[in-house]
Amino acid sequence: MAPRHRLTLRPIEADPRAAAIERGAADLGLGQLHEVFIADIVFVDGDLESADRDRLHSILVDPLLQRGNWDLPTSHAVEITLQPGVTDSGADAVRHACAQLGINIEAAATGRRIRFGEDVSDELANEVIVRLVANPIIERWVWGTIEPLHPGAGERVAATIIPMRGADEERLAAINTSRALYLDPEEMVAIRDHFESLDRDPTDLELETLGQTWSEHCAHKTFRAIIDATGGPEGGEQELVPLMTQLRSCTETIDAAFVKSAFVGNAGVIEFAKGTTIALKAETHNHPSAVEPFGGANTGVGGVIRDVLGIAHKPIAITDILCFGPANLPLADLPEGSLHPRRVREGVIEGVADYGNKIGLPTIAGAILYDPAYTTNPLVFAGCIGTAPSRPLHEGPSPGDRVLVLGGATGRDGIRGATFSSATMDATTGEVAGASVQIGDPIIEKLLIDVLIGAEDLYSSITDCGAGGLSSAVGEMAEGIGADVELDLVPRKYPGLEPWEVWLSEAQERMVISVPKRNVSAIVNRCKRVGVGVADIGEFTGDNVLTVRSAGTPVCQLETTFLHDGRPQRRMNAVLPDPDRSDPTTRTVDDPAAALLALLSHPNIASKATTIHRYDHEILGSTVVRPLIGAASDGPADGVVLAEPLAKHGIAIGIGVNPWFGQHDPEAMAYAVVDEAIRNVVAVGADPDKIALLDNFSWGDPRRASTLGELAAAVEGCCAAAYMYNAPFVSGKDSLNNEYIGTDGERHAVPPTLVITAVAHVPDADRCITPDLVEPGNLLMLIGTTSSEFAGSHLDKILGEPPKPGVAPAPDPDAPTHYRDLHAAMNAGLVISCHDLSEGGLAVALAEMCLAGRLGASIDKLPHDDHATSLFSESMGRLIVEIEPRSAAAFMRVMDDHCLQIGEVSESGMLSLPGVEPILVADLADAFNRDVYATGVES
Amino acid sequence: MSQVPAVVIAGPGTNRDHDVRRALEMAGANAKIVLASELVERPRLLGDYRLAVIAGGFSHGDSLGAGRMLALDLMVGLGEELRGFVDAGRPLIGICNGFQVLTRTRLLPGALGNNAQGNFDCRWVVLDTVEKSSCVWTKGIEDPIHCPIAHGEGRYVHPDPESLTAAGQVALRYRSTNPNGSVGDIAGVCDPSGVVLGLMPHPENHIVARQHPHHTRGGGGPSHLGLRMFENGVRHAKGL
Repeated sequence: MAPRHRLTLRPIEADPRAAAIERGAADLGLGQLHEVFIADIVFVDGDLESADRDRLHSILVDPLLQRGNWDLPTSHAVEITLQPGVTDSGADAVRHACAQLGINIEAAATGRRIRFGEDVSDELANEVIVRLVANPIIERWVWGTIEPLHPGAGERVAATIIPMRGADEERLAAINTSRALYLDPEEMVAIRDHFESLDRDPTDLELETLGQTWSEHCAHKTFRAIIDATGGPEGGEQELVPLMTQLRSCTETIDAAFVKSAFVGNAGVIEFAKGTTIALKAETHNHPSAVEPFGGANTGVGGVIRDVLGIAHKPIAITDILCFGPANLPLADLPEGSLHPRRVREGVIEGVADYGNKIGLPTIAGAILYDPAYTTNPLVFAGCIGTAPSRPLHEGPSPGDRVLVLGGATGRDGIRGATFSSATMDATTGEVAGASVQIGDPIIEKLLIDVLIGAEDLYSSITDCGAGGLSSAVGEMAEGIGADVELDLVPRKYPGLEPWEVWLSEAQERMVISVPKRNVSAIVNRCKRVGVGVADIGEFTGDNVLTVRSAGTPVCQLETTFLHDGRPQRRMNAVLPDPDRSDPTTRTVDDPAAALLALLSHPNIASKATTIHRYDHEILGSTVVRPLIGAASDGPADGVVLAEPLAKHGIAIGIGVNPWFGQHDPEAMAYAVVDEAIRNVVAVGADPDKIALLDNFSWGDPRRASTLGELAAAVEGCCAAAYMYNAPFVSGKDSLNNEYIGTDGERHAVPPTLVITAVAHVPDADRCITPDLVEPGNLLMLIGTTSSEFAGSHLDKILGEPPKPGVAPAPDPDAPTHYRDLHAAMNAGLVISCHDLSEGGLAVALAEMCLAGRLGASIDKLPHDDHATSLFSESMGRLIVEIEPRSAAAFMRVMDDHCLQIGEVSESGMLSLPGVEPILVADLADAFNRDVYATGVES
Repeated sequence: MSQVPAVVIAGPGTNRDHDVRRALEMAGANAKIVLASELVERPRLLGDYRLAVIAGGFSHGDSLGAGRMLALDLMVGLGEELRGFVDAGRPLIGICNGFQVLTRTRLLPGALGNNAQGNFDCRWVVLDTVEKSSCVWTKGIEDPIHCPIAHGEGRYVHPDPESLTAAGQVALRYRSTNPNGSVGDIAGVCDPSGVVLGLMPHPENHIVARQHPHHTRGGGGPSHLGLRMFENGVRHAKGL
């Protein structure tokens, strides 16, 4: 083995990473660290002459920024390197540099060295490392100097036979657990019976393939299940149509002309304007983000971008909706085995930023929600939008087409991700899930985009390698045709992988395409040009058998009919919720001004600028309405708008999510979030008759009848809203089992969290509307009806929820008409600014318009006799519109008089509301901009 | 005369190459995106172009320091040709990652370190052009340029900024807000001849008025377009 050289690189000036650790330790109440020193380490294994070291030194060390030292450091410090096999892009760079310099090396690795001040005890240092710095799931750390490990070589192991014939339920359960399949008992029985009929036992690879393909994550068994329901407003017993069927038939009934493809393939496809289609998809990456926030969110973004690439569209934007526990959670209250919400937040946001910024896509729309229920189950929703010239969708592989794998090499990373994400977590999840989590490499995926965009005519079908790895990708493509592939042809990161590991690995940044023989060389050349790996691993056969070989010997021979249709349909029980909608209650607010300021500072409402500025939302030059808008670019936008610099029309994106309504009335919640998403895009100028929706459900364990009942109610609610607005769902995804079993055996489930993404057509991107007030003297009009609907409101979050919370916001049947009329008013040029009412109601919406425009408003009329209801109720279907006095008559005419003049924009620099102490706009801005990051942990 | 042939040099991970190409074409150039590896294979290709851009992004993932690996690729495989390109007075601009690359190739002085505030930062900034600069890219532009920044390693470092100013090599300064802690608010520097400019902000993302965040409130406008810098570069290349 070649000698190991190590170069320690120390920054000359203060390292922001060190400051972050000091800040993090203080925030978590671990202690004041004062001085933390971070150095980077580069390890090179090879016979280097001193001249070689000098040349490497001159490349790796910038004398204006760093000092480099090849000697082994002796000071007392912690050193961290990645676990063997985890993506180490630094090592790739070292290998690249050596190749360029003509220096032969055997291996390279990178690491970090962290030294604490004299006054810091090792105990405290250890605590800081564990809580803030190193994650054993992907990293190793030691005191002193570390030696990075490289994945060991090893003999390729053949597939093993799993004796299953004649196995009883107990034995089947044992197999189910030992291989972490998380299958239902009935499914294990179906597999046993199938192989008994074949008169042979399955291989481990066959069993794992079925485990992936039949996992909740891949098969959506709950959404496809027949549901026996009881309870609900009607009461009695009823059999429910599978939830997925309900969503699909909703889209089929609406039958919108712009829908090109819904609920098939990797993403939905729509066509608002002739000649260009838009692909949209949103995904969750909850479990991985809980155990390794950076890697989980990082690969979540990478995955959803591949979904859009997997339907032959060019990605153009990313969305992210993030749900965290309270940032100020005392350490003592943190359940064992979970990471602190601060660390989860920091890792997740950095993971999204790293992937989006590096791959070169604007991250432009999203939301951040805080709730104690998300402490053990943070939620990460990542979405992607893409465009393509209108063309027929790919028809799928024909017999004889080759199976090509494009992108990175395969390692032992991400094994069993699909089944892992279908399981409930507990305190030990971190350890067992290690292999399920990876770090992405956005540059490889960027190169994949460069290869695939423009190559659409060269392949017959394409899919991404996500959950389940090749087993899902090739398995899906082989449905109804069959394939024969050789695992030895799959490029490996390192030797020693078992066949089933290669087959299941979720190594990131890989796509699978089926290519007619005549086009293979063209694809290979494109890959060579941009430097993307490509392997021809087999072909599609036409015999309807999925054949997988290892060194020529078949290790899997599954009939695709059994693989895809052999799973017994689930039957599940649900108890539908029966919320009391008859008894609205109101609130008494002693100091409304204080309440308003408190609402503006509530983490769910306050500015998300700290996060937004870490995302590149300008790249591609198409961002017309940004997430932050107004005179000082610090006001919250409703929807965002993308439009090519020279194009007339654009795309608006709006998000709706409100788990707090869901805790009181899941059905009303689902309707409300669809309404909110649509309201957001209408408010910026989108056409209410050209809106497509994405649904993403993150729920608890559906085997609990009440949880499934809430899910069924939510599906009912969002379908009702979709019908009402004629806005079809084109794609959706569910992430269930978002539960955590504490060491106390207690279950912690997430609140019913439905994220609706609305993507809509903007006819004139030059005339988008934003919430910032523009001109003193202009009139303020309120659209929609205000009722006492406080259940799940944010007023209750700051004042405390009363014993009788009353009702959650109910659907407004007039809203669709109002939105169309408002759009007509916008087209007529009558609207100056517009903002939707959501969390915090009218008072917060007005405050946001004031601070965004740095202008006052004097309100003289309120929409309801009850003061608190007028100011803080969160009734849906409402917007505030600024119009010029001279447009008043025309506006009222277009709105058919369905709006209320509540006041006007003023020069006063104050927001004055009836019965409320006037508040300076500057104070509103301060409250809203109170940095949610600055608040420390309560102790 | 015919359109100026311009090349946008892209490495693995360059991601604002298409934005720059659009800007160059609006400025009247005939722009082509070429991979650094292709130029290294056929160095004489560079001679076909009269103007060159090293575009922004994360070449080689910016591993072990922004722009270092792409700079190495260019120095090893294209060093002489680049030098010759510049000596012939042909305008070269490095934007964001391209600026980081040019400092590493030593075609521009100084270095770019981590943003002082610690994070990647994306926001709009206002750039004052420095009057007594010899830079051909900013010459004659009096109104400030408005455009976004989007970087994590944009803190300009130089041991003797006064000497740069004296030599007319400071071309652009951040007005009011210095987003990354750059010495002397320096946003862009050029070489002594003034044909090579490096800057962290992205003028290529402000080529039409609608891109300006305050365009609906009367902000921005033609005189503040980043496009004007590309028009300058193209005009200079035309005059060669």
